[in-house]
Amino acid sequence: MEKIMLKPEDKIFKNLYNEFGWEIDNAIKRNDWKDTKNIISKGREWIINEVKTSELRGRGGAGFSTGLKWSFAPKAVGSRPHYLVINADESEPGTCKDRDILRFEPQKLIEGCLIAGYAVNAHVCYIYIRGEYVNEGRRLQDAINQAYKKNFLGKNACGSGWDFDIYIHYGAGAYICGEETALLESMEGNKGQPRLKPPFPALVGLYGCPTIVNNVETIAVVPTILRRGGKWFASIGKPKNTGTKIFCISGNVNSPCNVEEEMGISLKELIEKYAGGVVGGWENLQAVIPGGSSMPLLSKKICDKITMDFDSLIENKSGLGTAGIVVINKDQDIISCMTRIARFYKHESCGQCTPCREGSGWMWRILDRVAKRKATFSDIDLLSDVTNQIEGHTICAFGEGSAWPVQGLLRHFRKEIESRCREEPLIKKKIDNPYLVDQHLLEKKNA
Amino acid sequence: MSLKQVHSEQPKEFKFSNENLKKAEEILKRYPKKNKKSAVMPFLYLAQKQNNNWIPLAALKYIAKYLSMPYISVYEIATFYTMYNLAPVGKHFIQVCTTTPCLIRGADKIVRLCKEKISPNENKLSKDGTCSWMEVECLGACVSAPMIQINDDYYEDLDEKSTIEILDSLIKDKPLKPGSYRGRKSTAPERKQLKNGENYA
Repeated sequence: MEKIMLKPEDKIFKNLYNEFGWEIDNAIKRNDWKDTKNIISKGREWIINEVKTSELRGRGGAGFSTGLKWSFAPKAVGSRPHYLVINADESEPGTCKDRDILRFEPQKLIEGCLIAGYAVNAHVCYIYIRGEYVNEGRRLQDAINQAYKKNFLGKNACGSGWDFDIYIHYGAGAYICGEETALLESMEGNKGQPRLKPPFPALVGLYGCPTIVNNVETIAVVPTILRRGGKWFASIGKPKNTGTKIFCISGNVNSPCNVEEEMGISLKELIEKYAGGVVGGWENLQAVIPGGSSMPLLSKKICDKITMDFDSLIENKSGLGTAGIVVINKDQDIISCMTRIARFYKHESCGQCTPCREGSGWMWRILDRVAKRKATFSDIDLLSDVTNQIEGHTICAFGEGSAWPVQGLLRHFRKEIESRCREEPLIKKKIDNPYLVDQHLLEKKNA
Repeated sequence: MSLKQVHSEQPKEFKFSNENLKKAEEILKRYPKKNKKSAVMPFLYLAQKQNNNWIPLAALKYIAKYLSMPYISVYEIATFYTMYNLAPVGKHFIQVCTTTPCLIRGADKIVRLCKEKISPNENKLSKDGTCSWMEVECLGACVSAPMIQINDDYYEDLDEKSTIEILDSLIKDKPLKPGSYRGRKSTAPERKQLKNGENYA
């Protein structure tokens, strides 16, 4: 691979490793809050258009165009106020990028909130942090207080004439609250169960008011984009998959790390150059989960040449998701790994839709049987059937998130599963039972 | 969501302390006046903190009355979210992340050590009653796996030796410092330190 690495001056999160200090004075030295007033004075249209030019896609998993999302908010404020909500409920297994932004680059997020809030006509912004990030939340609150002290927030924020307040709201350990409508439900003081869409939150969101929900990383890159121009951002990466992205590389690698790189970098380069390579060498690689646990895994053959961007991963029947890369080498039992992920989804299903609530338990139990070598061949088809019953039959994308990893396992490791199943199925003869039948009559006939 | 057991012995009364009453009023200011229901999650945290890290049923009733919500909705919320403890936990409450990224780096060993050192079962207090542990889902520090959370703090990059040290320190009631146990200050790649350019915009 002769591709040039991301140039150091093109990195957006310069303090990702806290080399220069997170406090506001250090952040200002790194050009945060520079020209913010000017940017805002250029107006909403300009901001949204510039973000559209940059082709920034949401970093929270779905990859939806951010500029487009902002343009869905009503142009003028009617009887209902507008809200901006930041999704910092980062709980996708394999992902820990937002944590570093909250800890080390909070001013980027806060400045982004002000600009985004202005662009979508919101005076109030809520940041929903997962409950486990207690210390990260405290750090963010400190950063917010520092910004208030400098008059970057509050009345006439940053001299722009726009009043803007930011509040933190803690979650309490529910993965599902990372889904935007579940997050809004949770903020309203309900159980975190997703809402049916449409209406989308941009029109009917928090407290029934127009609400824009964005991921931490998405908002944190916005100020830099506006300062350096949308075209600059669009020139990095690949067409339609532009800009830089924080990749979290965890699992069986020599040095797990977070790293900001160009979109479309090859997976092998990421792992070898930054994460110190796979434990036991590249040949020891078994599979990679490319985008957080809800994305289907990739076999080694695909990993050899895949590039990390939204579109090429979709071509390979997976997805970039949150860019949480989990590397699994050949020392691991792949089926046990996926069983644990299935257990995660069983535990985190909110229980609203039956296919997901029941199906996630089915998938876990069947995979558990396979891992313990107690399954029969018919279980494989049953498992595949259950995943199809869940996918597309639920209110939110959790259904897909729980079914896809299992489908990925079936796609790439079917032989491994088959080798664990019993040769002799428990039920030898295929009994042709009518769909609904009185069991006692059936027994009589058989007797 | 997960199965939760409500503690069998419940205190009869619960009230916010004066300090927490002030905090509660502060919290209410964050939300629109007609949507004070939003404050239920922060209020539950306040109650949990005031009552030795667990929430008695009396507190649910108190919060319901405070926010003029039906009792059952508060109960629903307290049982839906995993971080609200409805039964006593240890003074040192250990949460072991066992989801796949931690699992493949040896979280099962930490679970085994917890069983040996703290108590054989999850959510059961240790003999002296100061510690308890439970398995939790992803805590969002995957590049520092395996890791555990003790009360509010993350202990990262663990191995068997450091876990034993940490657990022993909890049993002695002199907890070690949180952070990485491989000497990392951040999530940077370890071998070759990448320098970011400071003076670029």
